[in-house]
Amino acid sequence: MAKMKGAVVVDVERCKGCELCIVNCPQGVLANLKSQVNAKGYPYVYMKNPDDCTGCTNCAVVCPDGVLTVYRIKV
Amino acid sequence: MDVKDIIKPENLVYERTKNLTDKALSYCPGCGHGVVHRLTMEVLEELQITQDTIGVASVGCSVLAYEFMNIDMTQAPHGRATAAATGIKRCWPDKYVFTYQGDGDLAAIGTAETIHSCNRGENFTVIFINNGIYGMTGGQMAPTTLPGMKSSTTPYGREVELMGNPIKMTELVAQLPGTYYVTRQSVHTPANVRKAKKAIRIAFENQKLNKGLSFVEIVSNCNSGWKMTPVDSNIWMEENMFPFYPLGDIKVNGELVTK
Amino acid sequence: MGELKLMKGNEAVAEAAIRAGVDAYFGYPITPQSEVMEYLAAEQPHKRTGMVLLQAESEIAAINMVYGAASTGKKAMTSSSSPGISLKMEGISYLAGAELPCVVVNVVRGGPGLGTIQPSQADYFQATKGGGHGDYHMLVLAPASVQEMSDFVKLGFDLAFKYRNPVMILSDGVIGQMMEKVELFDPIPRCTEFNEEWMLTGKTADREKRVVTSLDLDSAKMEKHNLDLVAKYKKMQENEVRYEEFQVEDAEYLFVAYGCSARICQKTVKIAREMGHKVGLLRPITLYPYPSKRLNELADRLKGILSVELNSGQMIEDVKLAVNGKTKVEHYGRMGGMIHSPEQVLCAFEEFLLK
Repeated sequence: MAKMKGAVVVDVERCKGCELCIVNCPQGVLANLKSQVNAKGYPYVYMKNPDDCTGCTNCAVVCPDGVLTVYRIKV
Repeated sequence: MDVKDIIKPENLVYERTKNLTDKALSYCPGCGHGVVHRLTMEVLEELQITQDTIGVASVGCSVLAYEFMNIDMTQAPHGRATAAATGIKRCWPDKYVFTYQGDGDLAAIGTAETIHSCNRGENFTVIFINNGIYGMTGGQMAPTTLPGMKSSTTPYGREVELMGNPIKMTELVAQLPGTYYVTRQSVHTPANVRKAKKAIRIAFENQKLNKGLSFVEIVSNCNSGWKMTPVDSNIWMEENMFPFYPLGDIKVNGELVTK
Repeated sequence: MGELKLMKGNEAVAEAAIRAGVDAYFGYPITPQSEVMEYLAAEQPHKRTGMVLLQAESEIAAINMVYGAASTGKKAMTSSSSPGISLKMEGISYLAGAELPCVVVNVVRGGPGLGTIQPSQADYFQATKGGGHGDYHMLVLAPASVQEMSDFVKLGFDLAFKYRNPVMILSDGVIGQMMEKVELFDPIPRCTEFNEEWMLTGKTADREKRVVTSLDLDSAKMEKHNLDLVAKYKKMQENEVRYEEFQVEDAEYLFVAYGCSARICQKTVKIAREMGHKVGLLRPITLYPYPSKRLNELADRLKGILSVELNSGQMIEDVKLAVNGKTKVEHYGRMGGMIHSPEQVLCAFEEFLLK
């Protein structure tokens, strides 16, 4: 059976660290790197577990700020 | 497989619509406004009607909607968005016209304009964000604030005996013969976002039918006003807002939905 | 010569709107101007020219419908009377702030509050000094005949679009209700080109989005906008001052009056001249911009000025500002819907200026 592999690109400067993408990711891919902030002072999200991403787009769909771009391939 | 092998133009499945400007949204982190802005702009793009659409921003948090939506827009006085939209649509029946209003604008100061535009069956789309509070001015009581809910002007909770009950504008306008499509949605989970987008799409497509006003309420969070984290505010919304403002279609194709 | 007709002032406004190629009229009934919308409804302007006619749920809704239509470059107008105009003031401030053209007709009745339905000129301050919030001016035209009620609709839209600014036709219950002969101007077709860069027509791929707003949270930018508005008002003062003079050449005394009051004063000038008093009349046609310069020139040789208004003394402030102390300025006027007779004006002239 074909498996989906995905990847998320974070527009770091647009992210406000609301974490809605994190709780809505079914694979637990995203996390907030609390130790780093963007120019506006927001801690932003990153792909903590990139191997688990299926490219389902749920994170981007709930993101209020259009931070996330999603890519996907069949493997 | 490395992430770099996946991030290629041919594998793109989701990106920000070009119908949004590059400007960073002025909303608080986690605010539903951003999602609804995006959905509205995605719908215009998908229906290929951007060049035929004129939007009306209102007063409240979304007063600057025109800064973020990359379309022709006007900004109406507080509460008067549907009157301005009436002026536009009556003069340009072939254009797509929508208002984007919050609960203070639509359900308090603009109640008369809202009800009469709905009642006349104006052939445009109303997008109504209900977060039960005045966000822009700092979290005061809205007409939609729940009984017992705290706000800066109801610091001990809304007392119904003193301040009256919250108003369900969406159920109210559904009763009017001029509305063709009335629905209540939310944008706090991926499934709800997808449903809300479908509703917004129908609300724009209906303008082609010329059968009356399409009204889409989005029950949304205001984590700053509610004084919660974005994630907690969505949980609170599910537990407290949805029982009072149940999600779903209220009127479809001009007929009230019976449950 | 254009078509001649016997009409009420309010009807002339309505007929002129259709002939001026107005795209939309949004109104709400109020005495003494309800004939405007009634005439339009009977004429079915959508059949004559495609003009939109809509009775709104309130004056507030009506002015905001005008705001919406004007945002797209359409010629939109509304009319009302004093209490209704107060309700429109917020919208007018937004129209002025967003620099949108429109014509608003005020058939003034006595006030304050619900006042009376009889004629008055008590809304002079409201019309000329802003009325709504913020630094702005409408361009104000004051018709004194049914003919001018018709002509000023066309002129009003020309000026509104020239300056992208709301224009008010400040009439009163006398001019609105009385019947006179009118020579109607030939109809102008409605405009179908909307290519000025401020008009909202839908963003095409080949141009930037357009925004109509009166808001700017950046104070420096807002001040710049205010300065631009001030520059615009200065241009109006330079180019658009209109007035009419009657027997001013040798006058020693001057009446200043507009609208129906000017017509009464014209009679008083005749009576006073028969009695040997060299009196003239200056009738401002634009109340904003005001004919201050002309009044200042005349003041050099005048022994006194009587500002005759159907109010407690509003325009007199502009007369005094114009004259700047060069000569004596007095006020006479009745209120509450009462109208002075030529003889009463004469008595006031004798009492205030001759004694």
